Amino acid sequence: MKRFALAGNPNCGKTTLFNSLTGSTAHVGNWPGVTVEKKDGVYKKLEEHVSIIDLPGIYSLSPYTNEEVIARNYILDEHPDLVINIVDATNLERNLYLTTQLLEINVPMIIALNMIDVLNKEGTVIDVEAIEKKIGVPVVAVSALKEDNLDNLMKRAYEASKQPREGKTIITNKDILHLIGDVNIAFKGKEVENPLFHAIKLVENDELEVANHSDLIPMVEAFKKTFNDETFGDDFEAIIADNRYHYISDNFHTVVKKAVKEEEEDGKKAVKMSRSDKIDRVLTHRVFGLLIFAVVLFFVFHLTFGENLFFIGAGGLFENVNPSFAGTAWEGLIWHEGGINSPGVILFNAFDMTFGWFIELVGGWMGGAPEWLSGFVCDGVLSGLFAILGFLPQILVLFLFFAIMEDTGYMARVAFILDRIFRKFGLSGRAFIPMIMGFGCSVPAMINTRTLADDKERTSTIRVIPFFSCGAKLPILTAIAGGVAGAFGFAHVDLITYSMYVVGIVAAIVCVLLMRHTTQKGDAAPFIMELPEYHWPQFKALMIHLWDKAKHFVKKAFTIILASTIVIWFLSNFGWNWRYLGSMDGSILQSLGQLIQPIFTPLGFGAQLSAFGWVFAVAAITGLIAKENVIATFSVLAAVIVSGFEGTEEGVEEAIIMIQNTGITWQGCIAFIAFNMLTIPCFAACATAKAELPKGQFKWTLAFWLVASYIGTAVIYSVLNIFPSNLNGHAYKNGQLAWAIPVVCVIVALAVLTPFAIKWWNARKARKANLGA
Amino acid sequence: MLKKLDQFKIGETGLIKKVEGEGRLRRRLFDMGVTPGATVYLRKVAPLGDPLEVTIRGYELTLRKSEAQLVVLEVEEKK
Repeated sequence: MKRFALAGNPNCGKTTLFNSLTGSTAHVGNWPGVTVEKKDGVYKKLEEHVSIIDLPGIYSLSPYTNEEVIARNYILDEHPDLVINIVDATNLERNLYLTTQLLEINVPMIIALNMIDVLNKEGTVIDVEAIEKKIGVPVVAVSALKEDNLDNLMKRAYEASKQPREGKTIITNKDILHLIGDVNIAFKGKEVENPLFHAIKLVENDELEVANHSDLIPMVEAFKKTFNDETFGDDFEAIIADNRYHYISDNFHTVVKKAVKEEEEDGKKAVKMSRSDKIDRVLTHRVFGLLIFAVVLFFVFHLTFGENLFFIGAGGLFENVNPSFAGTAWEGLIWHEGGINSPGVILFNAFDMTFGWFIELVGGWMGGAPEWLSGFVCDGVLSGLFAILGFLPQILVLFLFFAIMEDTGYMARVAFILDRIFRKFGLSGRAFIPMIMGFGCSVPAMINTRTLADDKERTSTIRVIPFFSCGAKLPILTAIAGGVAGAFGFAHVDLITYSMYVVGIVAAIVCVLLMRHTTQKGDAAPFIMELPEYHWPQFKALMIHLWDKAKHFVKKAFTIILASTIVIWFLSNFGWNWRYLGSMDGSILQSLGQLIQPIFTPLGFGAQLSAFGWVFAVAAITGLIAKENVIATFSVLAAVIVSGFEGTEEGVEEAIIMIQNTGITWQGCIAFIAFNMLTIPCFAACATAKAELPKGQFKWTLAFWLVASYIGTAVIYSVLNIFPSNLNGHAYKNGQLAWAIPVVCVIVALAVLTPFAIKWWNARKARKANLGA
Repeated sequence: MLKKLDQFKIGETGLIKKVEGEGRLRRRLFDMGVTPGATVYLRKVAPLGDPLEVTIRGYELTLRKSEAQLVVLEVEEKK
């Protein structure tokens, strides 16, 4: 099967063309070794099927980003039968820059002049034949969006792919051409493929070329000494870039005929207000830009996770309304305590109800089976699986909103607005999006880090994403905070909840700062980015995008996540005698919990607790399946302690029972919340992190989560211990202050010393590097 | 009058004379069309004063002041 590669700038309609050409045959994966998306599909309308490979969107073939290296290596090493270069007709000048580089490679090529419909609408006429004549490869005007002329494009592409094409350059500077010619001969002598391309890149002082062909550098250097251009001196890189742009403006300025003559009064180019400019005037406004973004963000989360849509019910509007569906399943689906649910929550509830119904159904079928078997199927496999799949609707809704923001071009503006703040922490403005997505769910957030160019920046961001407390961690917060309020008579539940979110954010900032100065050291990556024109999102592309994400997630849920879930189910239902217990009491997990319980002593929920104290350790482990399980674990044990106890929806009663029966202090409770927020996230997030992190970083990331949560929680517990353990009666527990004060002193001392420690660490590293060199 | 891009005021236009810096950063600037001879129009500054948004070669580009500082331009006189 012939292979055609799609190459072009970002935002030139490449993905749209790919979708139109391949339809349902598209397959999404990753390029080997990196997390850059690789898409391929089949075009079937020719006499033989053709495989289409979508290369990443790039501006140039220089090895600046991963994407550029991938595209370059693919064309050079994998020998596609043809390259389809997509050129955005509305911005010929910058798009053709890549074309001039692609022309230098020995590969058949065709140019798809895209967005021709937009030009026609403006009344602009483009002389396609003139371009073809000048550039020397077939040029076909198409509209990827309207699927115009695509058959013709592919027909001509197929014809072109039958004959080999020799690379040629448009560089006109005679002296440089002479040098390129010499290097070209040298490359030919070494029997290197694509000698012309390599020769030009070597003269351009390209990193990869210099590293691979250092033997030819003296030749270039010797030539450089004899050379002196009046404007550029011996700066070959600048001369060649300049040459390319000159070629483009000299040759293609005349092919575009605008219907409306640009107002060029007094020789000054009037800057026309396009639609994008008008939108930008509002969205990136100096004062309102940040505010508008905050509002947009609020609505995204509100529509995904809100249980009181637009707060319609807040004013008590529905207080006396008795919906006709009260008492039926519909009530739970769209109705929540007098408010209407958001689309995200409705989908979530619909999923949840379907799953619950399904589990009950299976449970009924298995009525005759042994108890352990139906327990395994219903509580182990199905419940575990559905706990993970249950996230899917909200993950997808969140993805949808962010995909719309990305698609319309707003996301680039968000990075533009926020870059200044994030650079302070050694990150770029782009890092904000994945972090804020973390408040919804870590899984899409971690995948979204792909937009970050720098690997170290990505690693640091992925590691702190779980600190932005996700939707599933909220029940832990509300239940335990409610429990603290109930058991210790503390009136401000929301104060606890709110401050826990702040703790997560502070921990994230501290950890990013630490990492960016030590193990993930590096300056914020340069921020040189196109701000694409705004356009309407495309329904089809969005759906394809969502479908890919859903497939990916479901596949994971059925493999690694399911396996881990089953292991934990087994541990929590079987005793050491391998007998099925049907409850946690006496299970392997319980004894494991008791074993590790002393580790948590400095955190306030370890050895100092009485009989049922192991529940906290166990809950932390079951929380790995899904953070909802933390409170579910309380619920299970509460039923053991108080016979006849039935679980409550919010889990507050459960928390109170735990507090009363374990003797945990309020400080310990809050420490427990903090621990769950900072520690290893759920299996779904772990699996995502493993896939998204650079090779070998996952084990360090797990260690990072453990250490960060342990230290962070210990700090919080110690600091809280300065306050009396009885919130109202001002009573201290025995030895509480004696412990707390020295520990807090040590913490303060360490915090002061940290910058010096970082300096020392970096100096040592630099010394080692010097020794090695 | 020669001026660096980070010193530009909103609405100013200039012709690039020289791109300083080295290595990858400079390469990137070239690839994005920031080469001597190109006309740059400073369109906007982000809400917190950095980065900048310019019009160059018919599209919008954003870059930080630290990168804009590498670009030396001849300011076009306003008429």
